[in-house]
Amino acid sequence: MPENDTIPSAVQAAVARHSHDAANLVQILHDVQNQLGHIPEQAVDQVARVLGIPPVKVAGVRGFYHFFHDRPHGRYDILFSDNIIEHFQGKQELLNYICTQLWVEPERVSEDGMVRVGSTSCIGMSDQGPAALVNGLPVTRLTMERVTALVDLVKAGKPPAEWPAEFFQVADNLRRADALLGEPLERGAGVRAVLEKGADGMLAEIDKSGLRGRGGAGFKTAVKWDFCRKAVDTGAECQEVGGTICDNTAATVRYVVCNADEGEPGTFKDRVLLNSYADLVFEGMTVAARVIGARQGFLYLRGEYRYLLDKLNGILEQRRRDGLLGERILGTDFSFDIAIHLGAGAYICGEESALIESLEGKRGTPRNRPPFPVTHGYLGKPTVVNNVETYASAAKVAAKGGEWFAQIGTAQSTGTKVLSISGDCERPGVYEYPFGVTVRQVLADCGAKDIHAVQVGGPSGTIIGEAEFDRKIAFEDLATGGSMMVFGQGRDVFEAARNFAHFFAHESCGFCTPCRVGSRLIAKGMDKIASGHGTCADVEELKRLGHLTRTMSHCGLGQTAANPVMQTLEKFWDHYDKRLRSKEFEPSFDLDKALETARKITGRDDAWAHISAD
Amino acid sequence: MSDNTITIDGQAVPFAPGQTIMEAAMAAGVYIPHLCHNPEFTPHGSCKLCTVTVNGRNAASCTMPAAPGMVVQNDTEELNANRRALTQMLFVEGNHVCPFCEKSGNCQLQAMGYFLGMMDPHYDQFYPPRDVDASHPDILLDLNRCILCELCVRASRDVDGKNVFGVTGRGPHTRITVNSASGRLGDTDMAVTDRAADVCPVGAILKKRHGFEVPIGQRTYDHKTIKDVHMEEAGK
Repeated sequence: MPENDTIPSAVQAAVARHSHDAANLVQILHDVQNQLGHIPEQAVDQVARVLGIPPVKVAGVRGFYHFFHDRPHGRYDILFSDNIIEHFQGKQELLNYICTQLWVEPERVSEDGMVRVGSTSCIGMSDQGPAALVNGLPVTRLTMERVTALVDLVKAGKPPAEWPAEFFQVADNLRRADALLGEPLERGAGVRAVLEKGADGMLAEIDKSGLRGRGGAGFKTAVKWDFCRKAVDTGAECQEVGGTICDNTAATVRYVVCNADEGEPGTFKDRVLLNSYADLVFEGMTVAARVIGARQGFLYLRGEYRYLLDKLNGILEQRRRDGLLGERILGTDFSFDIAIHLGAGAYICGEESALIESLEGKRGTPRNRPPFPVTHGYLGKPTVVNNVETYASAAKVAAKGGEWFAQIGTAQSTGTKVLSISGDCERPGVYEYPFGVTVRQVLADCGAKDIHAVQVGGPSGTIIGEAEFDRKIAFEDLATGGSMMVFGQGRDVFEAARNFAHFFAHESCGFCTPCRVGSRLIAKGMDKIASGHGTCADVEELKRLGHLTRTMSHCGLGQTAANPVMQTLEKFWDHYDKRLRSKEFEPSFDLDKALETARKITGRDDAWAHISAD
Repeated sequence: MSDNTITIDGQAVPFAPGQTIMEAAMAAGVYIPHLCHNPEFTPHGSCKLCTVTVNGRNAASCTMPAAPGMVVQNDTEELNANRRALTQMLFVEGNHVCPFCEKSGNCQLQAMGYFLGMMDPHYDQFYPPRDVDASHPDILLDLNRCILCELCVRASRDVDGKNVFGVTGRGPHTRITVNSASGRLGDTDMAVTDRAADVCPVGAILKKRHGFEVPIGQRTYDHKTIKDVHMEEAGK
């Protein structure tokens, strides 16, 4: 427990470091927690008082994010990545083993306050899983051997900083590079190009390139940037701008935001882009800033990638020293800077308006739209939000021209796509292809044989079986944000869908009824079928719930939450059929399960303590 | 006909610039079922009961601005079935005890259930453990019946200027919370005369010592549907 008198100084330091701005509340809470280990009530009160906002607001933000804690959560906080790929890699056995060895129950802090072992949504390490976050830092390639060593280190009381460095090594696993990642871009080439061509000229290049958003939705980048630069702030301070297109010197404040909240299970390509191509990403953001007329940019980095924070800040610093960022870039009157905001464990913050809310220091609840971020984004100002890969591509377009880019890929999907491939293949990792490549080709290249199904675009995307392997990765066919999870023969597609159903129920922000309750009902329905008590009536119910969440939900999370269940019902019915207990009868009470409490009390688990289902 | 017209179920409905579909509809005497919306407060858009189909896509009518020429479907079988399912979800998600709830007959959730022809909860009950806070001398806060419409949050913030209520947690753990270090309502500056004290559409915020003043059977929704009441309030 922190001493009471350390709280005020920790809070003062955190608030001062983030310029006493309530819009930085999430960052302030990160700092407070780093200092105190958790965020106690007293700190909430202090933060609120110093910032001049109600404590209930601070408590609400603290309560929203997985990685913020209102009580001590152990000197060692070990969170296993819960993606289905890692389940297939034996995550649960490792977790159970570690719990047994450390004498702890999953998800509960040990009684001596030393350790908590639990699960968290995919941490972006499926190519080198099973993986876990230990005090926020990824430990990869977990084996029984590594876990045993980890247990010994915990028992010996060694802080993670003294653990073997190889535990924390994250490999890029870049297996195939193409137009984007293949040939390096000279630092500053994109910035020089945009300064030379000007905002209009560069926007024309981006338009010519046909570049579309890499997050998965595929909105045309040039159109988004154009909307934003034409959007005029109606707020009092900017009214004089009128209807003219603003540039950097005009009064309308605009923002460039990079969405690095790569949370879709099975995706990790942004991790590699940020680790090895960060200059390209920042370059693209700078190009966007010049085009739309922004002075400030933000990179919203998911909390799971905190280990990249120092490195990224170092690169920003270097760019400032090189005159590529900051005041008067390359001696011109164009000024632009980038700050990194750290998320705190919330998949929903990958949704652009939730991301903006989080950037503003609030709970990551998606906004009502319209208005859209291009007109009312960060602090209500026109804001462009693009994916990491989109900015990297934009930098390449800036330097090499729109025509060069447009020749790559297909007519409707120009350029390349960076894929994160995990699961049953010999060479999981990051693969870059021109758009239009078939799934079959990708599977062959990564050494995937005897494949049952491929989950393209993560849980919110599309699952396909062998019959669809000739489909193409492209916006007009299989659109994807980049996740590609490979399930070999013998893998249980139903279990994957059930895992995803729980993922969505867990990650729902809780704002709207259909998603908050519906995603949970779907997960419960899948559990019932898994337990062997499902009937055809349950399947019909799942379909109704799927329709409801898809058509009535507030945002993309709820609208896609039923995708895995709906698609597997349609394409992999045999996985359900064999589990259904009855086609007519509706057994809803499980006598054996009802005895669980009694078994726990008596410490029995033998055959006589169970009632057989038949 | 002016440009500022939309159609709802084929009926032409005029709107003033800046009005939402809900506002235009209510002003024209067209009822769109809703729970978290209250015309006195900033639209919220969370219960999703007021979802309508706008030019082929669903949107919450309480937050969607009306735009010229919008073609809106409202009173359709599918939308009403979805609204009924959402109402059932709100019932099973909390712990609702209509037969002995003080709010019975004055409760909008219950009235909405009747209005939409809800005959049973349909889904398995969640039976969530939720807090009851009786620390305030005049007000009882029973989160068992909360439907997360955040009207109390909005009323306390926007009308009372007190920020007594907030929201914390996430997903299934989302809950209303109270602005005091102890987390108890009794330690806030809330007064029974606050707008937030009587804005709750369900029985989550109740005034103490005012139980059953109007006998069951003579309460608001015992004789009128929620539609009638909402339309009367809208002056229609």
